[in-house]
Amino acid sequence: MGMKADFKLIDDNGLRIDGRLPNQLRPLRMEVGVVQRANGSAFVEWGGNKIIAAVYGPREAYPKHIQDPNRAVIRARYNMAAFSVDERKRPGPDRRSVELSKVISEALTSVVFVERFPRTSIDVYIEVLQADAGTRVAGITAASLALADAGIPMRDIIVGCAAGKVDGVVVLDLNKEEDNYGEADVPMAILPRTGEIALLQMDGNMTYEELTNAMDMAIDAAKEIHELQVKALKEKYRGDEHDY
Amino acid sequence: MDEEKKMRDIVVPGEEIDIEGKPGRGVFVENGKLYSAYLGIVDTRMGYVNVIPLSGCYMPKKGDRVIGKIVDLAPMNWVVDINAPYYAPLHVNDVPWRVEFGDTGRFLSIGDVILAKVSNVNEMGQVWITLKEQGLRKLEGGHIITISPSKVPRVIGKSGSMIQMLKDHTNCRIYVGQNGTIWISGAPDGIITVIKAIRMIEREAHTYGLTDRVKEFLERGDE
Repeated sequence: MGMKADFKLIDDNGLRIDGRLPNQLRPLRMEVGVVQRANGSAFVEWGGNKIIAAVYGPREAYPKHIQDPNRAVIRARYNMAAFSVDERKRPGPDRRSVELSKVISEALTSVVFVERFPRTSIDVYIEVLQADAGTRVAGITAASLALADAGIPMRDIIVGCAAGKVDGVVVLDLNKEEDNYGEADVPMAILPRTGEIALLQMDGNMTYEELTNAMDMAIDAAKEIHELQVKALKEKYRGDEHDY
Repeated sequence: MDEEKKMRDIVVPGEEIDIEGKPGRGVFVENGKLYSAYLGIVDTRMGYVNVIPLSGCYMPKKGDRVIGKIVDLAPMNWVVDINAPYYAPLHVNDVPWRVEFGDTGRFLSIGDVILAKVSNVNEMGQVWITLKEQGLRKLEGGHIITISPSKVPRVIGKSGSMIQMLKDHTNCRIYVGQNGTIWISGAPDGIITVIKAIRMIEREAHTYGLTDRVKEFLERGDE
């Protein structure tokens, strides 16, 4: 955000830098059950993003002081690999990933029936292998698939989706250039069945109308992404070829 | 899961289940509609709509027979991993031996496997298990495999038909814990056949006519 691009992000035909329409998503690919040792896992390829999510638990929460006698605690850990971005990222948690881990944990807590597993923790590891803007929403999308795969009861499969504003136009699912040189980025987590919102952040400036517009766009796209999630989950049990 | 010859539909969390019936296990109600809470298969019986999860951890129930592994020793109890979210303590009063204080290691040590019964569970998830009942004991030798606890009923079959068939065909001794842990003892090739058959049951748990297919597999022999 903030920087001004010395090139046009939206061309004269209204197409974006990668040739998409303003309300078009990047290509998405999802796979469930990619990590053998985890209770549940998923891989999401979203444009240039490559993300693995793995779920462990519910298991007894340690250290003991984080246990809640009434419900499970969801501990998401968002982590970017050192090689996930152009310039080597210094490994380890930083200000940004600590914040994202927190907001992702809270978004996931809102869909999981946490009260069924008192004193436990459900650990969600989100590893960004390759980043291309919108990793937190792709991470949420992968994490909810992994939770469903782990057999954890949920109200809905949560979907992450971003919208934003680029060169004065409200667009869906920003890519890296649009994220860096655009005017605003609005990552959201949506419950597709009810249209409820589990996460809403905004970086940059937009008017109220633009924000509402962006949110509507993301909610519509969430339904599309949700269909892909359902397909990925059912795919795992459709074929009978498995290697154990 | 009766003799219908079709594969049940797989539902995902939050998917509406358009079947008349009372909400059973694995479903929740919102605005008078039924929704699945799990990735699983729909099962209607006795007027209840249930969703049987395809994966997930074992939630202990009182009276279940489980196979557990000793993970820790304490002066008055053992700590047993029964594949549930919680470890289960096994108190010295719940074993058929007279154990002196601090002498737990002489009877069961870390890594030993036991066939135990869940004697109590409370709402906080705490679990107690016991060995003081006929047939409960330490399991020696043998081979252990783990399956998803939701598939245990398929491995056992209707009133034990599936497991009996496996035992008869392979001459193995098999114990199936409700927690999805299975102990097999017998000749090596018998064990291999049992494991293959159980993996097949696990893979095709959501289809019908499974017992016949497993029978066919056992009779065909092991290629």
